[in-house]
Amino acid sequence: MKESAILQCDDVTVEFDGFKAVRGMSLQLLKGELRFLIGPNGAGKTTMLDVICGKVRPSSGKVTFGGKVDITRKKEHQIAELGIGRKFQAPSIFPSMTVEENLEIAMRQKRGVFATLFAKTRGEDRDRIGGQLQMIGLPDKASWRAGGLSHGEKQWLEIGMLLLQEPEVLLLDEPVAGMTDKETDKTGELLREIARQRSVVVVEHDMAFVRSFASKVTVMHEGRLLKEGSMDEVQADDRVAEVYLGKRRDADVSRSTA
Amino acid sequence: MQLKKLAPRRLWILAGYAAAAAALFSAPLFVGDFRLNLLAKFLAFAIVALGLDLIWGYTGILSLGHGIFFGLGAYAMAMYLKLEASGGKPPDFMGWSGLKELPLFWRPFESFGFAVAAGIAIPAVLALVLGYFTFRNRIRGVYFTILTQALVIITTTLLIGQQAYTGGTNGITGYSALLGFSLGSPDTKRALYWITAAALISIFVLCRFLTGSRFGKVLRAIRDGENRVRFIGYDPAIYQMVAFTISAAIAGIAGMLFVLHVGIISPSMLGIVPSIEMVLWVAIGGRGTLIGAALGAILMNWAKSEFSTAYPEGWTLFMGLLFVLVVVFMPKGVAGLAGQLNWRKKRREPRHEGVRNPAV
Repeated sequence: MKESAILQCDDVTVEFDGFKAVRGMSLQLLKGELRFLIGPNGAGKTTMLDVICGKVRPSSGKVTFGGKVDITRKKEHQIAELGIGRKFQAPSIFPSMTVEENLEIAMRQKRGVFATLFAKTRGEDRDRIGGQLQMIGLPDKASWRAGGLSHGEKQWLEIGMLLLQEPEVLLLDEPVAGMTDKETDKTGELLREIARQRSVVVVEHDMAFVRSFASKVTVMHEGRLLKEGSMDEVQADDRVAEVYLGKRRDADVSRSTA
Repeated sequence: MQLKKLAPRRLWILAGYAAAAAALFSAPLFVGDFRLNLLAKFLAFAIVALGLDLIWGYTGILSLGHGIFFGLGAYAMAMYLKLEASGGKPPDFMGWSGLKELPLFWRPFESFGFAVAAGIAIPAVLALVLGYFTFRNRIRGVYFTILTQALVIITTTLLIGQQAYTGGTNGITGYSALLGFSLGSPDTKRALYWITAAALISIFVLCRFLTGSRFGKVLRAIRDGENRVRFIGYDPAIYQMVAFTISAAIAGIAGMLFVLHVGIISPSMLGIVPSIEMVLWVAIGGRGTLIGAALGAILMNWAKSEFSTAYPEGWTLFMGLLFVLVVVFMPKGVAGLAGQLNWRKKRREPRHEGVRNPAV
C-alpha cells in the first residue's frame, strides 16, 4: 500500500498566529488517483494544498512525496521541480504575455538562468505547445495577450500550463468556480483527461460537479479529517450533513456552493 | 506561420535600426563640437536608461538607486583620469586635506584596464549583494525601492564625508588625458563620441538578446506574477538578482563614458534627484520597450538643454508641463504612441486588464 502512495501527509498541523487552520490532518494519495477535497468554509482545504506545494510551512507533521522526499522544508520552486503542480483559485496567468508565451515558460524544461538564456524553441516544443493549445481549446488565440481572455479561458490556460509542466501530482483549487455550466462541463472533460495520467487533488464546492466523478472524496471540517469515502458514503454520513447544513439533510448539499 | 507573417515587419524594424545606427555614427559630420559633446553625454544617459528598463520595464522592479551604479562607474574612470593627470602622485584634493601619500585602494586605478574592469564590476557586485539580501527574502515593491534610495543616501554621504579620499562635494575633476590622448582635443572627443555610440548599440543589441530570449520571458513573467513563476519551478530571486546585476553593470559603463565627456563627477550627479530623473527618462520614453528607454533619455535631456538655454528663468516649468502631458496622454510613453494609435483600431481590450495582477 505504502509503496504506491505518491503523496503522504502525516499529522499535519498549521498554525497562523495561534489559530490552528489544520489540526493533525493526514492524507494519502495513490498514484493515478483523482481525489476530491470538500468541506465547509474555513475547513482548511486550501491551507492543506498550500502545505503540499510549499506556500505554507506546517508547524508539525510530515509531507512525503514519492515515498521518500520530505518536502515540508523545501522551497516552492523546488517542490514544483520535484513534480507537484498547483493551480490557485483565482486564475493566475501572465496577463501581458501571449497565450503561447505563457505555455512556453511553463513547459517542462531546465529552469536555470543559463538554460533559459540560450533556450531555443525546437520543433518538438512547438508541437507540444500546439497540442496543448488544442486540448485546452485555445488554438485560435495563441497570439492573444492572455489578459484579454475570458475568465473560463484563463482557467483553462492555467490548467494547460500546469500540464505542460508535467507534474506527477496536480493540486487544483476550485477549478470550476465562477464558470458557466458549459464551461464547467468542458473543465470536467479536461479534468478526466488529466486524471488518466496523473494524480490529482481537487478542492471543490460544486457538489454536482464532484458527483459526476466516481472518485474518492475527503471531507474536512475545522482542520480535521471528518470522513473519507465515495460520494454516496459521504453524503449518507450524518456528521457530514451536520457540518454542511446544521441539522438539515443532504438533499440541499448539492446546492451548497458556499 | 507566425514567423512568416512577421517577416516583412521585422525587415522594416531592422532597416529602422540600421538607419538609426548610421545616423548615430555620422552625427559628427553634421554637428558642431559643442553639440557633439552634448549628444555624447545623452548617449551615455541612454545606456543607463537601457539598463534601468531591463530591471524596471521588463522585470517590474523599480530601482531609484541607479545613480549610484552610474556614479561608481564614473568614479572608477575619474580616479584613473585623475592619476593620469597627476602622474601617479596623490591628486591635488588629497593634499588639501593633508593626505601626503596615495591611499592603497587608489593605486590599482593607475591602470586603465583595472579602472574599466572596476567600473563595471563594482556596481555589479554591489547590486548582486543588495539583490541577494532583498530578493531572496522576498523584499519587493515599494520596500525594495525605498532600500535603493537608502543606498543612494549612504553612498553620497560617504563620498562627501571622506573628502580626503573622494574629493568630497567637489568630486573629482581636472583631467588631462586618456591613455596619452589629450581629452581637450576635438579628435579625441570625436573618437570618444564614436566609442559611446558603439557602446550604446552593443548594449542595445545585448538587451535585445536578453529580452528576446526565454530568460527575458521569465523576467516578464516575474513582472506579471512572481508567485506563479515560483510555482512553475523557477526561482524568481535568482532571475531578479541577475537582471539587477546586469542593469547595474550597464549603468557603470554609462558612468565611465559620462566622465570622459563631461570631465567631472561629483556626488550631486549621482544623488537622489539624478536617480529619479533616470527613471523618468524610461517612463517618458516608454517602459518595457528598449528603443523607448533610449529615446526617452536622449529626448528628455535634449529638451532640458534646449529649454534651459532658451528660457533660463522658466525652463523647469516647461519640463514639468512636458512630464504631465506625457503621463496623461501617453501612458506607454513616446514609444507606445504608434502602438496606441494602431491598437485602438484593432482590438479594444477591457480597460482594467493588463495592469491588474491576478496572481496570488
